[in-house]
Amino acid sequence: MKNKKIIKSVASSLLFPLISIIVAMFVAVIFVMWAKHISFFKGVQVMFKAIWNGSFGRKDSFIETLVYVIPLLFTGLANAVAFKTGLFNIGVEGEFMISITVGAIVGIIPGIPPVIHVILVLIAGTLAGVLWAGIVGYLKAKVGSNEVVNSIMMNYIALYFSNYLIMGPFNKKGLAQTADIQPSAMLWRFLGDDYRVNIGLYIGLLMVVLIYIFFWKTTWGYEIRAVGINQYAAEYGGINIKKNIILAMAISGGIAGLGGAVYVSGIQHHAIQMVSFTGYGFDGIAVALLAKNNPIGIIFSALLFGALNTSSISLQMANIPKQIVFLIQAIILIFVAADYVYKWIAEKRKKGALLNE
Amino acid sequence: MDFVVEMKGITKVFPGVRANENVNFQLKKGEIHVLLGENGAGKTTLMNILYGLYQPDEGEIFVKGKKINIKSPSDAIANGIGMVHQHFMLVQNFTVAENIVLGKEPKKSINLDMNKAVEDTKKIADAYGFKIDPNSVIEDITVGQQQKVEILKALYRGAEILILDEPTAVLTPQEIEELGVILKNLVKEGKSIILITHKLKEVMGMSDRVTIIRRGKVINTVNTKETNIEQLAEMMVGRKVNLVVEKKPANPKEVIFKVEKLEALDHRGLLALKGIDLQVRAGEILGIAGVDGNGQTELLEVITGLRKAKSGKVIINNKDVTGKSPKEIIESGISNIPEDRHKRGLVLKYSLAENSILGMHSKKPFANGIMMNYAKIKEFARKLIDEFDVRTPNEDVAASSLSGGNQQKMVVAREIAKDPDLIIAAQPTRGLDVGAIEYIHKRLVAERDKGRGVLLVSLELDEVMALSDRIAVIYDGEIVGVLDAKDATENDLGILMAGGTLESQSKGGVQ
Repeated sequence: MKNKKIIKSVASSLLFPLISIIVAMFVAVIFVMWAKHISFFKGVQVMFKAIWNGSFGRKDSFIETLVYVIPLLFTGLANAVAFKTGLFNIGVEGEFMISITVGAIVGIIPGIPPVIHVILVLIAGTLAGVLWAGIVGYLKAKVGSNEVVNSIMMNYIALYFSNYLIMGPFNKKGLAQTADIQPSAMLWRFLGDDYRVNIGLYIGLLMVVLIYIFFWKTTWGYEIRAVGINQYAAEYGGINIKKNIILAMAISGGIAGLGGAVYVSGIQHHAIQMVSFTGYGFDGIAVALLAKNNPIGIIFSALLFGALNTSSISLQMANIPKQIVFLIQAIILIFVAADYVYKWIAEKRKKGALLNE
Repeated sequence: MDFVVEMKGITKVFPGVRANENVNFQLKKGEIHVLLGENGAGKTTLMNILYGLYQPDEGEIFVKGKKINIKSPSDAIANGIGMVHQHFMLVQNFTVAENIVLGKEPKKSINLDMNKAVEDTKKIADAYGFKIDPNSVIEDITVGQQQKVEILKALYRGAEILILDEPTAVLTPQEIEELGVILKNLVKEGKSIILITHKLKEVMGMSDRVTIIRRGKVINTVNTKETNIEQLAEMMVGRKVNLVVEKKPANPKEVIFKVEKLEALDHRGLLALKGIDLQVRAGEILGIAGVDGNGQTELLEVITGLRKAKSGKVIINNKDVTGKSPKEIIESGISNIPEDRHKRGLVLKYSLAENSILGMHSKKPFANGIMMNYAKIKEFARKLIDEFDVRTPNEDVAASSLSGGNQQKMVVAREIAKDPDLIIAAQPTRGLDVGAIEYIHKRLVAERDKGRGVLLVSLELDEVMALSDRIAVIYDGEIVGVLDAKDATENDLGILMAGGTLESQSKGGVQ
């Protein structure tokens, strides 16, 4: 009885994401037909083959998908924590970025023993993220200024400040990047040096579990979720709203920052001058939305978005514009957003019926 | 045809609720007809259908013998139907005359003819015996007068049939009497009136006929003269009800809670509390009577730490908790049944188990350090559900899926379980059915008998009079009198609630 109920509720929460993925693929096929002047079935075949080969089908591409998954796990979780508290932290992008820079700078320092050095890089990145998001959370809690606007501004500060550091004091002569970090600061690439996948993946999965416990098993999670659902009831129940807003932003930023540090010490090994945003932070919004802020769900939605990103190369090789990938992502998002709107309307209607009695 | 309105076989279904089921309703010309039913019985839905706000799923409506299709309020108005809602829909900074003509303004070429508007307003007010100044601004006049403006607005639009939704909820006893006179005048002029209410006393005093609705179905239509309060209550609830709260005389002990010279601002920054003094003893219920908006909400918010005091003190158990956080105040021994259970009392999407510990969630045994102990929490929730007879499949369902009465029982259960010295009960029975009201009243009296202090704030004067041992009347941010409940009459309270003074006002009680 109880199991059936759980299965039913899981099924109903998965229904919309699954439908949206299927519809998104279907719409994408139409564009493939249009781009390549082929029939529907041919289009399905070409597109799925390209996506499959480019993401899971071959060992190389599967590993590269996992490389994409790593940062998305962190940025997805970071966004989910903020969403759960009723905050919209657009600043995950900036927190991720500043942590790459800070991580790279700490990583360059020579003469620190291996394990300690990696840990230092990760801590430095996390703290940078906490600081970046904490400022926004503090302003929101103390003066009530909007976290969306402030976090967007913090993104630009992160972008230009990073570029200043990368091209100024920490520039490697002749290149638009910092020097490579010391080998002692690198995360272990467990499939050998040919592959960029590293134990950052496990750190990400560990974070998923930690955040799951945090949300549903700790008093902090209880308070954060209560603030997210109903501030007034939370306040009445003795929950300090301001503290929770700052805390949620700091945790969100910390996760994003840890993600940035993992990215630099596991994948990129130096910070490159950024022409624009990395996109991982923004993709994290989509990852969190698709997963409905469920930490376990974030594993799967990060995998989907990672796979789509990796397959853009093989799509191009099959003469399909890689923008198809963005198209699919966008349609999925529209559907997920529509689900929220649909639920919102349904709730309003129900409330209206009750209130008018 | 004698009926000005006839509704036949009306059925209206909302997701999950059959609000009206095959309802027949007839209004005679020149009568005052009460629609009686508990909250959620479907009376307002039925009238919203008549006024065109909802479309019925089935059924027909006849006005003056002619079948009509009411698609919107403007159709209703065109057919001479006017409605005064429970919450007034007036433009606060317009004058009375401007509000009355709004939407149907007299014009001089393309300009608003303000002189004619004022003249029309005067004419129509005089015709029905309304005493009102067309040039006063809405925000300056009393709620009772605002209601008159709403009625005039409907009359100005040519309403022959007036629907009044819970018109007495916001009025003092004297204003209610005045409303009764106005309604009689209107009927004399040939208008027909439908009153929606769940207050039995007013039914007896004001109406010619009563239609009782229960769970969306019409139970009966009777002539008021041929029935009595007990009979109506039984038809409304579906079983015999005990209308009197049974309680032994209070046995009050030492003063456990004091408010001294409390001043606070409201959300607009105006002084809402102007030096409140109150004392509650262990083992007594102190009721606060007053018309809505006289500072009750602000008072409770300051006491519970949700609003900052400007000056003054709040003292529980000889401990000054003024300006402390809600958490510290809860821990000092004050628990609070809030006036709005959806806004404050419950996190609706949380399970009952999670809701049952709100405010105690970081305490043992529910939490150990930062880790929560869900096994203990669920056990605790089950205990409350059993003890307070909360009707629910289990403790894992979301609070939102329960009926209002059961939600409120859960809130009451939680607040009593905090083992407080003072229980604040703000509108503890608002929107509940009679059964739940009976239960919650009994429970509050039981807590009093256990030696807790209870501070009851209610807009329902009957509730305050039935439960309290002493009654304090709040008016315009001040306590204008404290009466012993034994000596308090509805008339005296009414005068105080309206800002008047009693000649023979005894300085009784602890003031």
